[in-house]
Amino acid sequence: MVKKPMLEIKNLHVKVNDQEILNGVDLKVNAGEVHSIMGPNGSGKSTLAQVLAGRDTYEITEGEIIYQGKNLMEIKPEERACMGIFMAFQYPVEILGVTNTYLMRTALNAQRKFRGLEPLKPVEFAKLLKERGKIVHMSDDLLQRSVNEGFSGGEKKRNEIFQMAVLEPTLGILDETDSGLDIDALQIVAKGVNALRNKERAFIVITHYQRLLSYIVPDYVHVLVDGRIVKSGGKELALELESKGYSWLEEESRTAVPVNA
Amino acid sequence: MSVDFKELTDQEYKYGFVTDIEQEIAPRGLNEDTIRLISSKKNEPDWLLEWRLKAYNHWCTMKEPRWQNVHYSPIDYQAISYYAAPKKKPNSIDEVDPELLKTYEKLGIPLNEREMLAGVAVDAVFDSVSLITTFKEKLAELGIIFCSISEAVQEHPDLVRKYLGFVVPHNDNFFAALNSAVFTDGSFVYVPKGVRCPMELSTYFRINAENTGQFERTLIIAEDGSYVSYLEGCTAPKRDENQLHAAVVELIAHNNATIKYSTIQNWYPGDKEGNGGIYNFVTKRGRCLGRDSHISWTQVETGSAITWKYPSCILEGDNSVGEFYSVAIVNNRQQADTGTKMIHVGKNTTSTIVSKGISAGFGQNTYRGLVQIHKNAEGARNYTQCDSLLIGDKCGAHTFPYIEVKNSSAQMEHEASTSKIGEDQIFYLKQRGLSAEDAVSMIVNGFCKKVLGELPFEFAVEAERLLSVSLEGSVG
Repeated sequence: MVKKPMLEIKNLHVKVNDQEILNGVDLKVNAGEVHSIMGPNGSGKSTLAQVLAGRDTYEITEGEIIYQGKNLMEIKPEERACMGIFMAFQYPVEILGVTNTYLMRTALNAQRKFRGLEPLKPVEFAKLLKERGKIVHMSDDLLQRSVNEGFSGGEKKRNEIFQMAVLEPTLGILDETDSGLDIDALQIVAKGVNALRNKERAFIVITHYQRLLSYIVPDYVHVLVDGRIVKSGGKELALELESKGYSWLEEESRTAVPVNA
Repeated sequence: MSVDFKELTDQEYKYGFVTDIEQEIAPRGLNEDTIRLISSKKNEPDWLLEWRLKAYNHWCTMKEPRWQNVHYSPIDYQAISYYAAPKKKPNSIDEVDPELLKTYEKLGIPLNEREMLAGVAVDAVFDSVSLITTFKEKLAELGIIFCSISEAVQEHPDLVRKYLGFVVPHNDNFFAALNSAVFTDGSFVYVPKGVRCPMELSTYFRINAENTGQFERTLIIAEDGSYVSYLEGCTAPKRDENQLHAAVVELIAHNNATIKYSTIQNWYPGDKEGNGGIYNFVTKRGRCLGRDSHISWTQVETGSAITWKYPSCILEGDNSVGEFYSVAIVNNRQQADTGTKMIHVGKNTTSTIVSKGISAGFGQNTYRGLVQIHKNAEGARNYTQCDSLLIGDKCGAHTFPYIEVKNSSAQMEHEASTSKIGEDQIFYLKQRGLSAEDAVSMIVNGFCKKVLGELPFEFAVEAERLLSVSLEGSVG
């Protein structure tokens, strides 16, 4: 018997301002797997992440997204979050006057409520926060400060992974989490993600560079070019891309596939 | 693109019910007889009647101000009734009409001392009269007077005569003059020398009767070295016509005394189209008379169709301190023109202004402030922070800061910002599992944190909740 994938994207077409960004994406992700999506600038990687998270600035013109057997397109972003989809933002926003701790407590309890659970007791919450903070070296100071306010680029990205660790999603989507990170921060972030890997949880890791993938070793690598996945393979594909660049695939995609009418 | 900032569902005003009770209401209209009637109902001494008449006659010569950045149709002062009171005047809690007790319970203000918030004494003003003041005896043991101003006129006439109009004279401005002529009730607080008032004092104002105005007068005197924290809350039923609320508050702080005055204003704001609602035209001012005296105003203004008020401090004593912390929210068709005046007269006086304006729907929010440093106010300092937050693209934020400095040693700081709640912020919070409304409420509460932190603890939670309710329907 074939088991049902956690996430299945079929022939996904997405437009922004009348411009087609995704052009027939197919992807299956099973529990426990780490999929990396690579590709040149403007190929539609971040669009794919945003569409999965439910941003309404994108118009889905064709195709479907099935998550845990449900049509994701009919589900509001906050409900998707409650159903275990977490996106680590490429550009995390600042929210003045709201501490990280307060945001996490509110978010976690909103998600628990959705799942029919009682709010976490303050003592348990404090324990959880402390424990998960350790994974990405979050200081107490960062926990008590306003969300991302005055955080360095690296601190913001660490904060995203920290939030993911607290909320324990089923599907983690990392949107260029490695961009702007120095090597030390990159290792901390990767260590955080690896600590969260398990049989029930899947990840989609979006990145430009192979570098991140030597720390978060993916099961599958997909190359997105002009809004379509033009090549899929194992972790070796990332290395091949690192040495050869994307141009050979861009060339291939142009000659092999006619542009959609 | 961008979030769907729709004008949405009619926001429910929770306190819009009417209490069905027998009331004595004066005939509509304003003339000397009206004033005599009010004065005789309250059994007032002659000097007070004369003071009222002087104010009335001056008011007759004044023109309603038009410089404020709010718009409303002319008020017909002859169509208002200036006195409304429940027929039975209680002597104790047991005699209060059960309908009234129910009213206050519904408002979340149980008047029974056993059920009350520990550490909060309440004066409940219903239309034109004070119903009951709790914890009065306990406070009296410390020499603190906390009662309605009508009672103070009877029991402590010398204090009232000395201080009434001491800060806001009978001819101060159009609405203050009107108030001086027809004020009906309000609170009176006197804290003797060296006494720290052990509980929060609060007044709860409720407009109930139709076609009436509410004109309350509050007077707080803090003697040398004393401390008092006072809070007022306000609600009114939903009605289609506008109702006028023109209050006057006077604060007097002697040497080394501190008065903290907090307001949670939630008068009926009118409906989505801007019908009905309270006109909240209020004069609030404090005099820091003594050395090292301190007056702090904190306001959370969420209700009223139109809010027009400038709680101010006159810093006369050397080293005196004035503070103004404000959150003003306008949604739907609400308008607010609010801010403060800090008048530095004494040496080394300090003032702080933190104003947070939030505009949603078609709301128009104006900050107007004056910082004035007099010639002899050596070493004066002011810090002003004035931030505006916009939700949607149909609302407005306006600021009119005035600064007049006549002493070159003054240090002035002014910071201002205007921002919009971004789609990206809301999406970020939704992605963490919060609904759109909770996301907006979280962002707004974060924006107001510096002001909410100034509120007495018992009321900070209430204020946060109120902010969320006021913005319901402002984001789709």
